[in-house]
Amino acid sequence: MKIGIPKDGRFGEFGGKYIPETLAPAIEELEKNYLKIRNDKNFKKELGRLLIDYAGRPTPIYFARNLTKTIGGAKIYLKREDLLHGGAHKINNTLGQALLAKRMGKKRIIAETGAGQHGVATAMACASLGLKAEIYMGYVDTLRQKQNVYRMELLGAKVHAVKSGSKTLKDAINEAMRDWITNVETTYYLLGSAVGPHPYPLMVRDFQAVIGVEIKKQMKKIPNAVIACVGGGSNAIGTFYPLIDTNARIIGIEAGGKGVKTKLHSAPLSAGKKGVLHGMMTYLMQDKDGQISETHSISAGLDYPGVGPEHAYLKDENRVEYKAVTDDEVIDAFLILTRTEGIIPALESAHAIAHAIKISKKMKKTESIVVTLSGRGDKDIDIVKEYLAKNVKNKRKI
Amino acid sequence: MSRIKEKFNQLKLKKETALISYIMAGYPSEKATLAAVRGLIQGGSDIIELGFPFSDPIADGPTIQMASTESLNSGTKIENFFSIVKKIRKESNIPLVLMTYTNILYNQTYLKFISRAKQAGIDGLILPDMAIEESKEYVKAAKKIGMDTIFLVSPNTEKVRLKQIIKSTSGFLYMVAVFGTTGVQTKIHKYTLDALKNTKIAAKGKIPVGIGFGVSTERDVQKYVSSGADAVIVGSANIKIIENTPTNKVQTRIATFTKKLKNRTR
Repeated sequence: MKIGIPKDGRFGEFGGKYIPETLAPAIEELEKNYLKIRNDKNFKKELGRLLIDYAGRPTPIYFARNLTKTIGGAKIYLKREDLLHGGAHKINNTLGQALLAKRMGKKRIIAETGAGQHGVATAMACASLGLKAEIYMGYVDTLRQKQNVYRMELLGAKVHAVKSGSKTLKDAINEAMRDWITNVETTYYLLGSAVGPHPYPLMVRDFQAVIGVEIKKQMKKIPNAVIACVGGGSNAIGTFYPLIDTNARIIGIEAGGKGVKTKLHSAPLSAGKKGVLHGMMTYLMQDKDGQISETHSISAGLDYPGVGPEHAYLKDENRVEYKAVTDDEVIDAFLILTRTEGIIPALESAHAIAHAIKISKKMKKTESIVVTLSGRGDKDIDIVKEYLAKNVKNKRKI
Repeated sequence: MSRIKEKFNQLKLKKETALISYIMAGYPSEKATLAAVRGLIQGGSDIIELGFPFSDPIADGPTIQMASTESLNSGTKIENFFSIVKKIRKESNIPLVLMTYTNILYNQTYLKFISRAKQAGIDGLILPDMAIEESKEYVKAAKKIGMDTIFLVSPNTEKVRLKQIIKSTSGFLYMVAVFGTTGVQTKIHKYTLDALKNTKIAAKGKIPVGIGFGVSTERDVQKYVSSGADAVIVGSANIKIIENTPTNKVQTRIATFTKKLKNRTR
């Protein structure tokens, strides 16, 4: 079930490379170069050094004593990716890919971003490695994640607000791909999630797998359950991949928005259908004609109608359970973690926390759950504030 | 013999280059689409490429993106598209090509979609995000039904790959003129003309080579015709005319523009 290098770029039937012909040579070049450096000792050494000295790895595993006590079930541990430079797991991947780009002699880097975390991590990696970064971000997201826009600009990146389509992450990817088609010979596209045409899902998973590898080392024994949030699914696949061949129960949490039975969610694995978008075959939210649906999530980082092909595969193989939690549950979890542990999680990560709270109650006190806390929540405080102002029910908790 | 092949055979006898004209179905309305089709036929277009909008058209520039969005907003569904095709078929035998994105077919399964398209009167398909590596099932279904599969090649497509693509192509081969999306206004590059020459050599006269993306003026048409293209494909320029023309004048204006372009192919 554990797939190393996917044959023909496919995880089972998922993945592939559905791309305009102009990109074919670039994808081929990328694949060739990536497979070469994948086992290159010098590359690994250089990246390993950067991850330690620059990004702040390894990140701790923290036993959330107070949270565990408050819920009263299994022990909840947090994998603290929120403590990384930039405040999220994204830097694991951007350092890897930016180093690769540099080796390939590409000096202009483009990237898409949803919440802005990948954009910030790209801008940081590029600043530190002397590369030029241009970031595409949906116009709606530039408004709800203003702080990250300014951070990217401070770091020397150019931010393009994308006003086509639904003006969110999906459209930012469309625009980045159009840029790549136009400037294919000079430009490296640094994709931020485990999505897109092969070899991106493989590459992003490899660079993020450091999360799961460290979890395995840091936990005395294999945890009973691991949980991570899934948008495109990069922190989740990084968490899950090294644990696939263990006994751990593995759970991915999608953005349930206002509920998966409404249309206002971003949960293609829970309520989508197979299709082709952004170069990959995977589960997608779409209508009867195959038009991609508009999505909703309180967290910009999960607001995406597709999901990485390896997740689609792991779902169909029944190795990973995929569930969704609603915006309301996310805000609850956000508040509970903040108050009990003094840790403000990103709204994306709060999805995983919300589900951990749900299942830990039903588990034994001797059992353990590891939750990947993929990012910190400073970027989200305005959204939470606004939400609480509108929802009196939750206000009591403050 | 397919309508497309027959058309190219006829043009060859007349020593003419084909003018292929693209418009977006349902933009801004079904009525305007039918008017534009009549204008294209009246102006002498040889093959009509009808776009069916997709929510995420990554190979398209701003003009066709806008037309896609507007068409979807006006409520264009696949049923409407096939109904437009059937209406055109009642009036004309002109070869009709559908240009859309892979997911639209994948959603219904290739076989089911292609047989519906064939039944409506479509002769060939163009899917800009269908890479040759992923096309086995699609080509198989199209062959079974007798639908032409028009693949795209780019100026940077390498020789071996070009051969593979030509093998799976029927109707004509679509050469993308520029690095970029549809509708980019640009001068004609030397790399494009070199690539056209190489593509023609690889095609060995067995499959016509059409050139598109950024082809919009009489001068562009003339230049590509004299450089040996078997077809020139004009898209965004038509959309721009439709954008700026009231529906009751679409037919005449499109006919006038098309006639001018067609004159350069003779």
